[in-house]
Amino acid sequence: MSSEVSNPVVQPVFTGDSTHHQDSEGEIHENGHHEHHKEYFFTKYVFSQDHKTIGKQFLITGIFWAFVGGLLSVIFRFQLGFPNQAFPFLETLFGKWAPGGIISPEFYYMLVTMHGTILVFFVLTAGLSGTFANLLIPLQCGARDMASPFLNMLSYWFFFAASCVMLTSFFLPEGAADVGWTFYPPLSGVKESAPGAGLGADFWLIGMALFIFSSLLGGLNYITTVLNLRTKGMSMNRLPLTVWALLITAILGLISFPVLLGAAILLLFDRNLGTSFYLDKIFINGHPLDHAGGNAILYQHLFWFLGHPEVYIIILPAFGLVSEVLANHARKPIFGYRAMILSMLAIAILAFIVWAHHMFVTGLNPFVASVFVLLTLLIAVPSAVKVFNWIATIWQGNLRFTPAMLFCVGFVSLFISGGLTGIFLGNSALDIPLHDTYFVIAHFHIVMGVSAFFGMLAGVYQWFPKMFGRFMNNTLGYIHFWITFVGAYMIFWPMHYMGLTGVPRRYYSFDAFQSFNMFGDLNKFITIAAMLVFFAQLLFILNFFYSMFKGRKVTDPNPWKSNSLEWTTKINPGHGNWDGPLPTVYRWPYDYSKNGDEFIPQTVPYKPGEEKLHH
Amino acid sequence: MNMMTAEIKTVNRFHPLKFMMWLGIAGMVMLFAALTSAYLVRKAQGNWLEFRIPFIFWLNTVIILLSSVSMQWAVKAFARYDVKKYRLAITTTFTLGVMFLVGQYFGWLQLDEGGIHLTGNPSGSYVYVISGVHAAHMAVGLLIMLIGVLRAFFRPLNPNRLVNVQVMATYWHFVDILWIYLFIFFQFNLA
Ligand code: HEM
Ligand SMILES: [Cu+2]
Repeated sequence: MSSEVSNPVVQPVFTGDSTHHQDSEGEIHENGHHEHHKEYFFTKYVFSQDHKTIGKQFLITGIFWAFVGGLLSVIFRFQLGFPNQAFPFLETLFGKWAPGGIISPEFYYMLVTMHGTILVFFVLTAGLSGTFANLLIPLQCGARDMASPFLNMLSYWFFFAASCVMLTSFFLPEGAADVGWTFYPPLSGVKESAPGAGLGADFWLIGMALFIFSSLLGGLNYITTVLNLRTKGMSMNRLPLTVWALLITAILGLISFPVLLGAAILLLFDRNLGTSFYLDKIFINGHPLDHAGGNAILYQHLFWFLGHPEVYIIILPAFGLVSEVLANHARKPIFGYRAMILSMLAIAILAFIVWAHHMFVTGLNPFVASVFVLLTLLIAVPSAVKVFNWIATIWQGNLRFTPAMLFCVGFVSLFISGGLTGIFLGNSALDIPLHDTYFVIAHFHIVMGVSAFFGMLAGVYQWFPKMFGRFMNNTLGYIHFWITFVGAYMIFWPMHYMGLTGVPRRYYSFDAFQSFNMFGDLNKFITIAAMLVFFAQLLFILNFFYSMFKGRKVTDPNPWKSNSLEWTTKINPGHGNWDGPLPTVYRWPYDYSKNGDEFIPQTVPYKPGEEKLHH
Repeated sequence: MNMMTAEIKTVNRFHPLKFMMWLGIAGMVMLFAALTSAYLVRKAQGNWLEFRIPFIFWLNTVIILLSSVSMQWAVKAFARYDVKKYRLAITTTFTLGVMFLVGQYFGWLQLDEGGIHLTGNPSGSYVYVISGVHAAHMAVGLLIMLIGVLRAFFRPLNPNRLVNVQVMATYWHFVDILWIYLFIFFQFNLA
């Protein structure tokens, strides 16, 4: 290795490189791998600064939340599928929340609110970005760790604290927040408006503030690492699309999450200190409150300024994971690498100027609305480019249908289905009748919820061997995939029809509406499908934890015959990732099936006369 | 023995810690952009109380400007390892920072006495909350600076920490400029 020290201008002291742990005296320990140090249980598994361990912490916390969030939906689907039917075990489990075995309206609203919050923020933001940005950014860029391992660790522990606060709120006497995941005032601004608008809502806001700090700390690191700590030869146009996607995701978060924080601060003041940012004259049970002069719609502007980019914060990592896995298992170069990056950038920019499409019914000026319609529909263009490229990537490929690959193909299917309904909703004239119906529920669950889950699951199946040095069980993986894929369509497809006939979302019961009674059986069907899909996720969780300890061991350091750098490390890399010097990169990561070579890792130099597939 | 060469070639131009600070600043800019946009949107709606911001805010503006000057002086002194000057400069900056915060508190008291309360017409609430969130940023900066001050007196200057001092200075200048922006913003929108 001493041959590496050929550069005389090297000034180790001021590099601030992540791998040189600077202690309080500022001295630098020059070792990439930690094995020389004694590692204690706490520093290795709990307060770890190793990005790989932090990634696993995010993943396991995310799985926990996915379980909770999914369970909540199964419980509220009981009410929708079997309204007013008594299930005594519900009373046994939830006591006063399900008197006589029937879910109370307050409990119902608490369940939907927390279901949305948990899945959108704690699973598909923290669980997804947190896991894969941590695991893949340093490994695929060729860095020893994040730019600041310490802040990275803090990012996880802020998430953990946020999780504790949210979890505790379930056990408050009045229960957790129950004012909808979008937390619109005045409902969320007035403590007396609903049981969960009291302490539960304050817990929610504090939990979210902690969550925002966690995302921001994580994001700072992800961006800095990608831009500053790439290994030699890893130019931006040789980065795997996963890294590009995670980079753009982090930038979106950095710009939009502070706005949500601002909205939450104003809301906290309105709730607890009597200001009137959002609240105007309000009467509760005939008594006027002290507020006057607030503007509730203002909250919606602030919320959706984050809210819309947030949906891309959720889906972009899935874009990246899917692109990577599809190319790898199709044994073909990704189709349109440049176009993939440009379309993600276009989506990211457009994401900031379309937020009012969530507000067409708030009395938005129709001329303003028409601008938002135009900008919203423009998003369909880069989205279509991506879909086209994914299909072109697998077209005539030599496909290996691993569970990861199946989830990617499923992703593309779902993303198309859900994207098409976005075009309906993007037109204000159509959105006005469809807004707040099950059509919107169908749209965003398919295009965001389930799609992002598929991307995440593909990622877990694909990189599980890197995380734990073992494989997950394939048979369970196939069962998991097929039940989830078919089940997800069974749950959400019918909701389009319900929405088109006007069935409103967020209703506890439809008994009072003659016109919606005809959906009784359909609702039962959906509930049963939801239970089935939930059951399939338990198989996944079982597979995950079983394989972690007992799965088939990985013997080949590059089990998927992949080109990217993470597979050039040992099977179970230590802190610092590469034992020797960092790898040098000579090519993009998508040289599959080229000149008779099935795959050519990024670390292989060009042969004389070899043609470049990519610039 | 040496693992670092490859990385060093990639760690170029911009120190990652400094880069991160700038990214953090981008995030903070978004927070205040959101708050001040909310202010403008609400103001455009009418029913908006107009008042003068307290005189003491002018004074505080001068104080915070001075603190940026002394902060710059501290960075220079540190870079020359001039312990005496550094101690003086960093302590001055810290003291000015504390004075600013105390001054803001008196500003709020003055507002309150003038009949502009935290509750009531939102035009007043916005001034309290926005300047309050800014003060929170100052307070965090001061906490971190306190560590710097203590180190200046109890530890020898360590050249490796120059970058920390520079990053702290960047933050400090940022909250300074932020205040100037808010101050001008209030001036324009209130009176
Ligand atoms: C062709 C692209 C898309 C268009 C034109 C589009 C348009 C819309 C519109 C207009 C709404 C508002 C419906 C209403 O509330 O009345 C909406 C809701 C929503 N969309 Fe999309 N969308 C698209 C793609 C996506 C993607 C890719 C995601 C996520 C990854 C997404 C996530 C959501 C969510 C979460 C909501 C509803 C949030 C709520 O009200 O609770 N959409 N979409
Ligand atoms: Cu949107």
